[in-house]
Amino acid sequence: MNLGEARPGEMVTVRKVGGEGATMRRIMDMGITKGCKVIVRKVAPLGDPIEITVRGYELSLRKSEASNILVEA
Amino acid sequence: MPHTIALAGNPNSGKTSIFNELTGSTQYVGNWPGVTVEKKEGYLKGDKRHVVVDLPGIYSLSPYTLEEVVTRDFLLDGKPDLIINVVDATNLERNLYLTTQLVETGIPVLIALNMMDILERNGDTIQVPLLSEALGCPIIETSAVSRAGLKDLVKTAVHMVDKAEGSGKVAKFSTPVEKALLQIEHLIDTLVPPDTLRWFTIKVFEHDERVMQRLNLSDQTAHQIATIIESVEKSMDDSAESLITNDRYEYLTGITAACHKKARKMGTLSTSDKIDRIVTNRWLALPIFFAVMWGVYFIAIQSVGDLFIGWIEWFFGDLIGANIALGLEAIGTSAWLVGLVVDGIIAGVGSVLTFVPQMMILFFFLALMEDCGYMARVAFIMDRIFRKFGLSGKSFIPMLIGTGCSVPAIMASRTIENQRDRRMTVMLTPFIPCGAKLPVFALLVGAFFPNSAWIASSMYLVGILAVIVSGIVLKKTKAFAGDPAPFVMELPSYHMPRMKGVVIHMWDRGKQFIKKAGTIIAVASAAIWILQSSSWSFQLVDTQDSILASIGRLIAPIFTPLGFGSWEVAVATITGLLAKETIVATFGIVLGLGNVAEGDPTLLASVGAFFNPISAYSFMIFTLFAAPCAAAIGATRREMQSAKWTWAAILFQTGVAYTAALVVYQVGMLLFGRGL
Repeated sequence: MNLGEARPGEMVTVRKVGGEGATMRRIMDMGITKGCKVIVRKVAPLGDPIEITVRGYELSLRKSEASNILVEA
Repeated sequence: MPHTIALAGNPNSGKTSIFNELTGSTQYVGNWPGVTVEKKEGYLKGDKRHVVVDLPGIYSLSPYTLEEVVTRDFLLDGKPDLIINVVDATNLERNLYLTTQLVETGIPVLIALNMMDILERNGDTIQVPLLSEALGCPIIETSAVSRAGLKDLVKTAVHMVDKAEGSGKVAKFSTPVEKALLQIEHLIDTLVPPDTLRWFTIKVFEHDERVMQRLNLSDQTAHQIATIIESVEKSMDDSAESLITNDRYEYLTGITAACHKKARKMGTLSTSDKIDRIVTNRWLALPIFFAVMWGVYFIAIQSVGDLFIGWIEWFFGDLIGANIALGLEAIGTSAWLVGLVVDGIIAGVGSVLTFVPQMMILFFFLALMEDCGYMARVAFIMDRIFRKFGLSGKSFIPMLIGTGCSVPAIMASRTIENQRDRRMTVMLTPFIPCGAKLPVFALLVGAFFPNSAWIASSMYLVGILAVIVSGIVLKKTKAFAGDPAPFVMELPSYHMPRMKGVVIHMWDRGKQFIKKAGTIIAVASAAIWILQSSSWSFQLVDTQDSILASIGRLIAPIFTPLGFGSWEVAVATITGLLAKETIVATFGIVLGLGNVAEGDPTLLASVGAFFNPISAYSFMIFTLFAAPCAAAIGATRREMQSAKWTWAAILFQTGVAYTAALVVYQVGMLLFGRGL
């Protein structure tokens, strides 16, 4: 499953960060790396982007970006 | 030569507050050469031997964002003597991620462990000596709010610069990666200075395009390096870039696990989380957002701001203007010079400065929203809508302010980090009808559509529509093409805003505008006044015989296809460049009625000579879109940081204006023209 499919409240573990170039690097720079735990907090009122907790802080990213992040429950 | 201390850190780490405290009033704001990234510098308080350079807030030293590239270039080529790395203690791992990269540049690093007071309030602890030992960097605990630790920070920094002490410990990566790094090191060690070797080696391993270009490796070496990287990537089944990032975080997790104790378990709610639950709640987020926006708009533009406008108009018109006129006449100054100074320069500058209070109040609230953490949530809430037409969630704020005045609106686009989004926002914001265009609409609606309330409101609709259509179209052009900028954005914890920081922020933005009003606007006002009151032989004449009128006659034919080809209207479009509300005044002057208001019955009747209802609407459309006033063009120039982009914006806006007005007039005449 990818992070875009996880439901609010769910805690997942990152398996792989896909995608390429600037977006992938940015996601990893922000601390979303292999093996780290992520909690999906909520979805924005209009359905996108989503808010997650990673390494103890809040991060928002679009579903299109989250879909590059493979996770498991 | 003073020593240079670079201040580096993540956004929201409190870096700016520390900079303000370190430099006091000596700071000055500029831009990094060639880019729109702000560059702040200042001497250490009471110490001219040390210059502090505030680097952009960044998360990493990747080659992908302008801010990061600027920082890298400065660290490598600017050769600062010391980096003070501001680290948010409440967000340790991600902040130290940057620290490990800073250490690799070989420059000594001093860590300011900031927000220690908040950390303690949360019940968390950090064993600072242990952390300092692990990173190999001295650490000073600070709090910019209570100013704790700042004296120590300065003392240690100065000491480190004098002693030229060595750099911190570099991060250790996994064995296969370290082995590859060692091989690469041997291949490039003659090409770079020894203290930056580690940094260059890692960048080469990451396929960093910019570094590869800079090193200009021979084909043979490049090939050898590619082989080394490929074999590691294959055996580890991951790209080199992500191997480095993963290992870096892994290394940090090891360090923080030993010295950072958290009172709160992952997943439980802090106060900030509880606030956020309401503010970005699925159902409440939008109502709260609109209420906040309306409140800011109401206070800044409508009530308090509007009150100030009256005072400033009185100040410049009745007090300064009238008294200087009297004074100049008393000492026997000739009439034309009095006119130039009073009606030209003072009136022109005054009309621009009337916006200052509104802007200051707006900037105050914007700084407040940014500082307390709400601005990031606005982008979070609005992103979905704005992304559809090539803008980002952060474009909403400028558009909203644009209903008051384009100048602060354009300046508010500063908060948009992505350059492409920012440029597009600057270009499109003037399409939202500003307060100064309303008198023009009121005049023409009064003269031609006295009973249709919707004509004036249709301007807002047309403006918003133009923003959306232009966004979609511009996104397809080369300059704005490409994937949307990543929207991976930190949502900082809410906290009480710091009044001092908010006021400094507000003043930083506001004073630039005042400076412009005193220079560009003053000159432009004087020039237009001379053009409209003198003939080619520089005799003082009535407007219809002036230079401006003959220019108006020259360019009037351009406007004939739009339905308003008389020289009077052409002149009004020119003076409209100074300030949109002068269009009304210009009609008054060229009609020989003097300076009249838009509701004046004689003016309403006389304007009928220039237009029919269709050309009147076409003129309203033209006024709505055409190049904004001089002050807004000045703001555009400042935010674009490029003459080319400024011209592109002006030409685009005027092009849209001309085309839209042409379509309105020609189609309108085809459909309804027979009865006129």
